[in-house]
Amino acid sequence: MPATSASSTRPAVRFDHVAKTYSGARGTLRALDGVTFDIEEGEFFGLLGPNGAGKTTLISVLAGLVRATEGRVTVMGHDVVDDYAAARRSLGIVPQELVFDPFFTVREALRIQSGYFGVKGNDAWIDELLHSLGLADKANANMRQLSGGMKRRVLVAQALVHRPPVIVLDEPTAGVDVELRQTLWQFIAGLNKQGHTVLLTTHYLEEAEALCGRIAMLKTGRVVALDRTANLLAGTASTMLRFRTDDPLPADMAAQARVTGRIAQVTARDAAEVETLLGRLRAAGVRVEELEIGRADLEDVFLEIMAKEPLA
Amino acid sequence: MTGWRTLLYKEVLRFWNVAFQTIAAPVLTAVLYLLIFGHVLEDKVEVFPGVGYTSFLIPGLVMMSVLQNAFANSSSSLIQSRINGNLVFLLVSPLSHRAWYAAYVGASVVRGLAVGCGVFLVTVWFAPPHFAEPWWILVFALLGAGMLGSMGLIAGLWAERFDQMAAFQNFVIMPMTFLSGVFYSVHSLPGVWQTVSHLNPFFYMIDGFRRGFFGVSDVSPWLSLAVVGASFLAVAALTLRLLASGYKLRQ
Repeated sequence: MPATSASSTRPAVRFDHVAKTYSGARGTLRALDGVTFDIEEGEFFGLLGPNGAGKTTLISVLAGLVRATEGRVTVMGHDVVDDYAAARRSLGIVPQELVFDPFFTVREALRIQSGYFGVKGNDAWIDELLHSLGLADKANANMRQLSGGMKRRVLVAQALVHRPPVIVLDEPTAGVDVELRQTLWQFIAGLNKQGHTVLLTTHYLEEAEALCGRIAMLKTGRVVALDRTANLLAGTASTMLRFRTDDPLPADMAAQARVTGRIAQVTARDAAEVETLLGRLRAAGVRVEELEIGRADLEDVFLEIMAKEPLA
Repeated sequence: MTGWRTLLYKEVLRFWNVAFQTIAAPVLTAVLYLLIFGHVLEDKVEVFPGVGYTSFLIPGLVMMSVLQNAFANSSSSLIQSRINGNLVFLLVSPLSHRAWYAAYVGASVVRGLAVGCGVFLVTVWFAPPHFAEPWWILVFALLGAGMLGSMGLIAGLWAERFDQMAAFQNFVIMPMTFLSGVFYSVHSLPGVWQTVSHLNPFFYMIDGFRRGFFGVSDVSPWLSLAVVGASFLAVAALTLRLLASGYKLRQ
């Protein structure tokens, strides 16, 4: 796409039939299989999927860390291979792994990262980032001395030194305490309000439900759902049945239920299906206690979609 | 401070922050070689007429330190960053493969020359220095450090584990430096080893470098310049190609 094309219709990120095949001694693995979707400017977009679905591979292709076998990816109209410098200037990536350079202090690391992007005299913005992320008193601490949560905050700051229009967070809250999670989401939501596009992968579906306007679900390298979060919640089973039991559920029900210890959750389309489900539980001799009926959340939608789509 | 200069600065700062290990230690190693070999062989070996063995040995040791440390800098920096995973900060940056090359090799040259100068300054106590044709000293130190810095990058890209890096160092770099005439003139070797030495580009680096001190050498310094220059260009071209292709960096 030439740079002169109408910017009003240009998506912030475009995945166009992206495929990635890994060939190894143990055969080939198709990690991505024709992924196609756009993320518009200013969106807060969620990318969900079970482990091994291809989320990190897709993000790595976007960041230029992995090269797609087929298809192309653009960031703000710039191809991530042919026009990599412009694409990477538009992108801020918070990697999943807690990596750091042990030779430097927090401020040195942020200055160096600014320099890589050709940003001179960035101290005012660096100070703002340190302040917003609660790192101001750690500016001169060596990276080695920081706790895991602090290192995570530095990773976020490093991704933002060049004020990228598109921000990618790959599981940013994995193993992070509640306080940091809240600080982080406030900060990222603020950036999104200012017009930054945000792409998020997470295992915490309640976070995705609360933050993301639109969601794509990946499974075995394919997009199996792509819609507004509200539509996803409305379009599938909307009622949730939650109860406590010591007995095993009927096999077909167990396959789609969320079971946490003795608590089981199953979804139903409407009141009639609730009655049917209860009838079947009674018929199977399952003793149900502390029954609750409520609205389904994104986790129910996720499980339903993942169960519905046949494995490739 | 922008682009490749930031990376150069970071790479220099990286070894400077641990200068005791990256500069002082190799200087001590070289001085130990000089103490032991110089003391044992001073009265028994005369390589060039009128040049004592200790005097002869010093330029070789200086150059060996330059070469080994130039290699160590780029190779260890790259493999550490890859294994720690912090290379991702560089991989997501817009820096080109040329910027990577210039910065990593530039820092290797700085480290090589810093150690070389350190060794030289200490060895001044052992024998008064001569500078017969000093421009050769500078030319061969720069080309040699640049070539070894490039080889360090190749090794850092190729090796996936520290033991593979150690193998590269022990089975490629060490034999090539030791069989290059650091401790002797290749004329004192039996015929077949003379031939082998003449196939080793490191021999020309040392010989040309030493020429700058004594004004005598085993082969013409122009031949050495041609061999070292061509070797450097070949290694640099290969390194740039590996970097551009994303070899083992971008799957």
